[in-house]
Amino acid sequence: MIRFLIKGLIRDKSRSRTPVIIVTLGVLLTVFLHAYITGFMGDTIELNARFTHGHLKVMTTSYAENMSQIPNDLALIEVGDLLDKLNEQYPDVKWVPRIQFGGLIDVPDENGETRSQGPAMGLAMDFLTGNSGETERLQIEKSIVRGQMIKKQGEALLSESFSQKLKVEPGDVITLISSTMNGSMSINNFTVAGTVLFGAEAIDRGALMIDIEDARTALDMYDAAGEVLGFMNSGFYNDEEALKMAKTFNKENNISEDEFAPLMMSLSQQGNMGQYVKLTEVWSIYISMVFIIAMAIVLWNAGLLGGLRRYGEFGIRLAMGEEKDHVYLSLIYEAVFIGTMGTIIGTAIGLLLAWLLQTYGLDISGMMEGAAMMFPSEIKARISPSDYYIGFFPGLFSTVLGAMLAGIGIYKRKTSQLFKELES
Amino acid sequence: MENTSIIQTKELVKKFPIGKSFFTALNGINLSFDKGEFAGLIGPSGSGKTTLLNIIGSLDTPTSGDVTVLGHSVGKLSAKQAARLRKEQFGFIFQSYNLLAVHNVYENVEFPLLLLKYNANERKKMIMDALSWVGLTDKIKSKPPQLSGGECQRVAIARAMVKRPSLVLADEPTANLDAVNSHNILQTMLKLNEELKTTFLFATHDEKVINYLKRKIYLLDGKVDKDVIK
Repeated sequence: MIRFLIKGLIRDKSRSRTPVIIVTLGVLLTVFLHAYITGFMGDTIELNARFTHGHLKVMTTSYAENMSQIPNDLALIEVGDLLDKLNEQYPDVKWVPRIQFGGLIDVPDENGETRSQGPAMGLAMDFLTGNSGETERLQIEKSIVRGQMIKKQGEALLSESFSQKLKVEPGDVITLISSTMNGSMSINNFTVAGTVLFGAEAIDRGALMIDIEDARTALDMYDAAGEVLGFMNSGFYNDEEALKMAKTFNKENNISEDEFAPLMMSLSQQGNMGQYVKLTEVWSIYISMVFIIAMAIVLWNAGLLGGLRRYGEFGIRLAMGEEKDHVYLSLIYEAVFIGTMGTIIGTAIGLLLAWLLQTYGLDISGMMEGAAMMFPSEIKARISPSDYYIGFFPGLFSTVLGAMLAGIGIYKRKTSQLFKELES
Repeated sequence: MENTSIIQTKELVKKFPIGKSFFTALNGINLSFDKGEFAGLIGPSGSGKTTLLNIIGSLDTPTSGDVTVLGHSVGKLSAKQAARLRKEQFGFIFQSYNLLAVHNVYENVEFPLLLLKYNANERKKMIMDALSWVGLTDKIKSKPPQLSGGECQRVAIARAMVKRPSLVLADEPTANLDAVNSHNILQTMLKLNEELKTTFLFATHDEKVINYLKRKIYLLDGKVDKDVIK
């Protein structure tokens, strides 16, 4: 009997191939879109985390209150001890010191006169020890357009557009005019090692990157840092966990009593990132649910139509003495088969497409020009564990539900009408 | 003399609700059919012939009275018991053939045997016997859309006969066929009736069928008008 039903299923393309294609397409779109949404929304958060916010950030309480002004006069001191403490207390988080600073870049001509000038957003981080993972985290190597990575002290990286604006080539000397932690003027020369393009308009406009020890020297910040950023070893921001860590840390450090006490903030507690994190969560769920429900309705109807178009076949089977339970179950088994096949194929293709988008990305930099917030200029999907099973909801569950609803008609059918129905 | 009656109806009444009142389709039918009969219920539309065929075929139940088919009181059967009776004892032939279009001739005839869980060897022999009765052994791989109307109805007969049922119920089996095919079909059924002693009960108003019947029961307004045995 099973062979008979399978033969029928395989031969009747509108019962097998067409529904499998419909389920496959539905599941494919569901899986791909879910990975895309997760990737796009998550990438924006991670991009902001990597460059400015960290998953967690430790600052002095006063610095935190004026964070948008980057007040390095309120920076953390004795950072070495703080890092030891953080590493001991939170071993699942990688802690790195950073100094953000503002300044003016002056480019001299052959006579030492100013050839060009421009305001720079400076970022100092560990380029040279090789154990902080900072260059990998910001994918500096990949982002270099011309020249090379900072290899020694006294070198700097400029964003490509900034270097073009200043007409600076790798190997040229530039002067950073800034202010020290104590408010004095600071003038330091750097050799441009290379230019970088991160694909985030907000940072690509006027970025200057130097090693943190150079910044400490230039800005009189010995054993100090504006911020200590924490990155979760999982590689992805976990808001709940971050908030919990920040709460515990702040409770232990009496932040209410000392304005220079270290204060820990999660990414979502910084600026408007909280709104974005919430928005990301809500949108991911909302978009995924809308799409899953839409696909579920499509596939449910496909299952329903599949059952209805076989009205005649079911009638003859009932007349010949096949029990209603048996007819109904065979319809459900078929739906399970179709749903499973479609879901497996759709999930596989959806994951493949998501993997391609995750690996190669899609360049949307043209759409991001002038963006103030750091958005990735490349759309990338992110395959998460749920992508492996999310397709089963519309693919299998809805198809079977559609078949189950269509099958109710089998029970409602009056055998006394079969002769009439089968004659029409 | 041995009682060979396989169908008995006693004061059979069937009413269908129409709004708040009822339409009486069958009104006090008393009939008895012996094994091996080749009988027909004849009458115009609305005379009650299909309703009576439905009740005898355990597809419907009487409103009152009693119908006993092969020792089973149809009115007292559960849905499962009725399905089992149809599966084991009845063959059905429809006006529109109702073959499964994606299955070939062999598989269409095989279907009732699958429901009865015969093994593959038994099935093969029974199917080939049934197809040889209707002269379609050379068409076993053909699918219904590749067959003529007459051939389709012969497949339907083979499907109804393959399990050697006690009773075959046929509702207007020649309505979609031309005269030549109708006669061929009826001769085939008559031959099977005579050789296998299978009881055939028709519901028809087709003269071609009526001419072949050995017993003609004329129904009018839900009552037996005439019961003529050749």
